[in-house]
Amino acid sequence: MADEADGRLVANLMHFARTLRAAGLPVGPGKVIDAVAAVRTVGITNRADFYWTLHAVFVNRPDQRPLFDQAFQIFWRNPELLKKMMSLILPEMSLDLPQDEEKNEMLRRLAEALHPHPESRETGETELEFDAAMTFSDREQLQTMDFEKMSLDELAQAKAAIARLRLPVLDRPTRRFARDPRGARADMRATLRAALRSGGIIDLKRKSRTMRPPPLVVLCDISGSMSRYSRMFLHFMHAITNDRDRVFTFVFGTRLTNITRYLRFRDVDLALDKVTEVVGDWSGGTRIGHCLIDFNLLWSRRVLGQGAVVLLITDGLDRDVGIGLAHEMDRLHRSCRRLIWLNPLLRYEGFEPKSLGMRAMLPHVDEFRPVHNLESLTDLVSVLTAPAPRRLTAASILQTGARAAA
Amino acid sequence: MANAKAPSLPASVDATLAMLGSADYIADRSLATAVHLALHLKRPLFLEGEAGVGKTEIAKVLATALGRRLIRLQCYEGLDVASAVYEWDYARQMIEIRLAEASDEDRGEIESAIFSDRFLIKRPLLQALEPEIGGAPVLLIDELDRTDEPFEAYLLELLSDFQVTIPEIGTIKAEHPPIVVITSNRTREIHDALKRRCFYYWVDYPNAMRELEILGKKAPGAAPELSRAVVSFVQKLRKMDLFKLPGIAETIDWTEALMQLDVLELTPHAINDTLGVLLKYQDDIARIQGSEAARLLDQAKSELATAHEV
Repeated sequence: MADEADGRLVANLMHFARTLRAAGLPVGPGKVIDAVAAVRTVGITNRADFYWTLHAVFVNRPDQRPLFDQAFQIFWRNPELLKKMMSLILPEMSLDLPQDEEKNEMLRRLAEALHPHPESRETGETELEFDAAMTFSDREQLQTMDFEKMSLDELAQAKAAIARLRLPVLDRPTRRFARDPRGARADMRATLRAALRSGGIIDLKRKSRTMRPPPLVVLCDISGSMSRYSRMFLHFMHAITNDRDRVFTFVFGTRLTNITRYLRFRDVDLALDKVTEVVGDWSGGTRIGHCLIDFNLLWSRRVLGQGAVVLLITDGLDRDVGIGLAHEMDRLHRSCRRLIWLNPLLRYEGFEPKSLGMRAMLPHVDEFRPVHNLESLTDLVSVLTAPAPRRLTAASILQTGARAAA
Repeated sequence: MANAKAPSLPASVDATLAMLGSADYIADRSLATAVHLALHLKRPLFLEGEAGVGKTEIAKVLATALGRRLIRLQCYEGLDVASAVYEWDYARQMIEIRLAEASDEDRGEIESAIFSDRFLIKRPLLQALEPEIGGAPVLLIDELDRTDEPFEAYLLELLSDFQVTIPEIGTIKAEHPPIVVITSNRTREIHDALKRRCFYYWVDYPNAMRELEILGKKAPGAAPELSRAVVSFVQKLRKMDLFKLPGIAETIDWTEALMQLDVLELTPHAINDTLGVLLKYQDDIARIQGSEAARLLDQAKSELATAHEV
């Protein structure tokens, strides 16, 4: 009898793991074995212990907790669990999920996870519309973006351009060493090994510090005024993400979205499809200050460690007219190694930074890189590769602009 | 585990909870479950959470309660094998070679002699694999997020098989795997491959009741009235939109600071004077200091008063 119960537990755990996997948690087959071992260790005495036992096995990150919680509540509520699952799999039943809670989105993902037929497009689409309605607010203009597919030619050009890219940021010395015949330090380990091999006079081997580019954080504006560049910037961000490690990418319009994970897809079109799916504020307004607050509060401590360089791509046209912007720019500036602002709006030479947003931001950047006519990725790369202007050039641009106007 | 001298591992989640409690660590039952699993299934325990919520403390408490040795590896960027695992004592090796050559020893013999245990400097990770009298030690890998990815990848071998390969000697495998506690402040995301091998737990800020309990253990000299007011105020602060919320460590420090200053009752004035113990960013202090602190204190006090009446 005990064996039978055990067998059912294993089967149920396996189904639960599969549900979690389908709902987007990284749950491999190894986890199921772990879960069985864990449950046997703790024993099934009460629901809370059972919950935290599975939690310890299946959850890897804090943001996975709500999804796990929902899945657990739904999955283990009904003793006739398989029947329940079957009923959820039927399409007409999937619409019966409670729709009045804000956990709806999560439930939808779970329902989709329990729902193994990807071909039933209709239900998917109606639910998408519903989602848009739920998240709509009069402050945000939600739009989807349809990017042209990238041609092979463009792809090759992008790769070539990124290969040429040299950010005006020096590689950082790490605390690790590599063998170097002209290095400043003696590599005792290599020396001793060589000495044993040859005998006689000990030949001193040398080493030196390895260098490594610092992490790069790209914050890209995708609001209406920047929309003609969006595609190019996304291609740029995709290319650079796949070119080196430690690149973090964010886009913002009225809200901030971390798109690093999606841009890691090797295939550029697939990556951009994913990004367009996730980002909801294409070509809307801009709230730079608001988005920077989000970034500073939620992300800066996680991505700006280890001497990161921040590349801020925006035209500085802020709908909130620079409220709190200077303060947040200041904080951002202090948290990173170098803050580079790339501004692509300037289409003529006699540019004058009139907008309040720009005036608030300029004093807090290390480097200001205006671009007068940005047509291609190649242009973008050459702008970024150009030698660094002297520090506080930004401020002098501001001053000369003001003088010319006077 | 057949060791009679050291306290044996707790048999159930309740026993784990009691064990942590006996060492003055007030834990949630959920945390005790994770600890219990880690102890029995011999997997590392991976603790994430904000600074000052008592992640490191768990390892210390486990070591004391189980009577094990605590080996601590503080991580930093660029931590490498030489400072984390082992290093050869080159100077002594050199002398040994010179001496051996002077006495005309065979080359092969010299080699095996100088790459032996005698010249091996053992760093924390290697120490943790060695058998100990009281049972396998507790290995604390603190603030793993501070290291870089290569080191994390190196840990994979160690944490899954509890073995280290030294090219000159061979593979050293732990007879009894150590109890491993890994902490991270989440200044960057640790790779899933590593987390997969561990039991994960997110250490959250405690609720008011638990925090009061912790404060009672950690700052036993404080008057109950003061403790209640402190906890209530800190809980209010945690609901604010601050850059760095105060952890439990800050609550304890603050209470001790207030006691040092002979503060018997929390007043806006006392708060303003000692806010630097609680909040660590100037922006946050500037926001809370003055009227905001007084407002929060009023709220906290009135809540306490109503709680008393009920």
